[in-house]
Amino acid sequence: MSMNEPVIKAENLTKRFGDFTAVDAISFEVYKGEIFGFLGANGAGKTTAMRMLCGLSTPSSGTARIAGFDVYRQTEQIKRNIGYMSQKFSLYEDLTVLENIRFFGGIYGLSNQQLKLKSDALIERLGLQPEAKKMVGELPLGWKQKLAFSVSILHEPTIVFLDEPTGGVDPVTRRQFWALIYEAASNGITVFVTTHYMDEAEYCNRISIMVDGRIAALGTPKELKIQLNESSMDGVFYQLARGAKNKD
Amino acid sequence: MVNVNNISKTYNKGAVKAVNDVSFSVEKGELFGLIGPDGAGKSSIFRILTTLLLPDSGGATVAGYDVVKDYRQIRSSVGYMPGRFSLYPDLSIEENLHFFATVFNTTVAENYHLIEDIYVQIEPFKKRRAGKLSGGMKQKLALCCALIHKPTVLFLDEPTTGVDPVSRKEFWEMLKRLKQQGITIVVSTPYMDEATRCDRIALIQGGSILSINPPQQIVTAYPSPLYAVKATDMPRVIHVLATHQPPFNSYLFGEYIHVDMPGMGDQEAVQVLTDVLAKAGLDGIEVNPVTPTIEDCFIKLLTT
Repeated sequence: MSMNEPVIKAENLTKRFGDFTAVDAISFEVYKGEIFGFLGANGAGKTTAMRMLCGLSTPSSGTARIAGFDVYRQTEQIKRNIGYMSQKFSLYEDLTVLENIRFFGGIYGLSNQQLKLKSDALIERLGLQPEAKKMVGELPLGWKQKLAFSVSILHEPTIVFLDEPTGGVDPVTRRQFWALIYEAASNGITVFVTTHYMDEAEYCNRISIMVDGRIAALGTPKELKIQLNESSMDGVFYQLARGAKNKD
Repeated sequence: MVNVNNISKTYNKGAVKAVNDVSFSVEKGELFGLIGPDGAGKSSIFRILTTLLLPDSGGATVAGYDVVKDYRQIRSSVGYMPGRFSLYPDLSIEENLHFFATVFNTTVAENYHLIEDIYVQIEPFKKRRAGKLSGGMKQKLALCCALIHKPTVLFLDEPTTGVDPVSRKEFWEMLKRLKQQGITIVVSTPYMDEATRCDRIALIQGGSILSINPPQQIVTAYPSPLYAVKATDMPRVIHVLATHQPPFNSYLFGEYIHVDMPGMGDQEAVQVLTDVLAKAGLDGIEVNPVTPTIEDCFIKLLTT
């Protein structure tokens, strides 16, 4: 990980809806190849912040550059340089494995020739040859999530945003999923991930915890535990999020 | 209070086995958990027990009523909170609650004591439409609506999925208070750490039950001493343990790696692991015996 190359740089990034400030002047940097955990209670402002970082929502004030592009003026370039996957939205259930790979690869701007090469390689790497022509809806959830993640980085983005990628996945598959995340990060892809599993917070290089639209803490898991005098991330999270006002 | 006998359920003309010969029973006043990942068959079991789905084979009773023959009695006596939000989005909080009370021939006032603890938390927003509520508020309203007719058994299908750790803790506190009021609760969750809050749990995967016991007993039955290992370079620790001959059974667990050391005393096991890691040139080595969690037990059941 190279510490002098921020691929996400946010300064006083703010989003207001009427008189409600959902994201309140957050500033942070994420570096190339880093696994950055973006934690917070429901309603803390994580999704709103993430939408701004992905170029899907215009900030009310503040600045942010994603892979070097400006979140106000260069949203199309941002979208071409990031990958996105969430628990709720990943793949089309009524398309086959191969069709999904081709479809999303196409959306992410890969040529037909690249698509052919990459989809074959991906199916082989995941050992999905027997399932290539099956509907994604027939795959077990864990497989779907692993495939969705691989598809979201097929175009080798600078950053991949993962919104609760492992929700509801069994504990063995959850660990296999994290092995894929580590592999992507070691290939230089920056991983920006949200999760409600506190053991997964430990797998991140650094994490931030949002409370009421602000970043209440930021550091390595070890630093945060020392700072708040807690023995576990669960304790750290509980101590910070317990006092939240915008709690639902 | 709930008796399930060998129920099976398939979908797509038998191609998908959702529930595979499942049996369990729940005592009156018990807090019973179905613990397993998405796709394990939890929702199908809930839908069969709430008479919304017919089993292919096997049978079940709820509060003494048969889930097929006596569906009318079951529908009027149980409470059900489905996994997906199912209240009326264009009715307000108080309209939804009033509606469900009326449908069950009761009034909000009559059973208010059951929901009071929970309702006061959303009451300030009672004029707001349900569709406009945040996730946590929807969850609380759905619980109130499932309780307002004073059900004999409360079925909660993944009430805490996607909910942050603080709100999850609060939700389980609410369930504890309901249990104290004598309500039998069957609840499902994919979060292994919530299992310990149940009186008894069934670990479920791929439509089959792997184990049914009180959480403490499941933990005690873990077949091997377990150790938490740590060193400065964690990816290397994983690699060293996995490629050792013979390989250790090990996996990431938060900031540690958990390792099985069957047939060894603490002192010997700590020594062996420390030596292996030191020989690989690792520093900052920590090896400590740990008590298995439900998640360790689940992993064990899935991998053996």
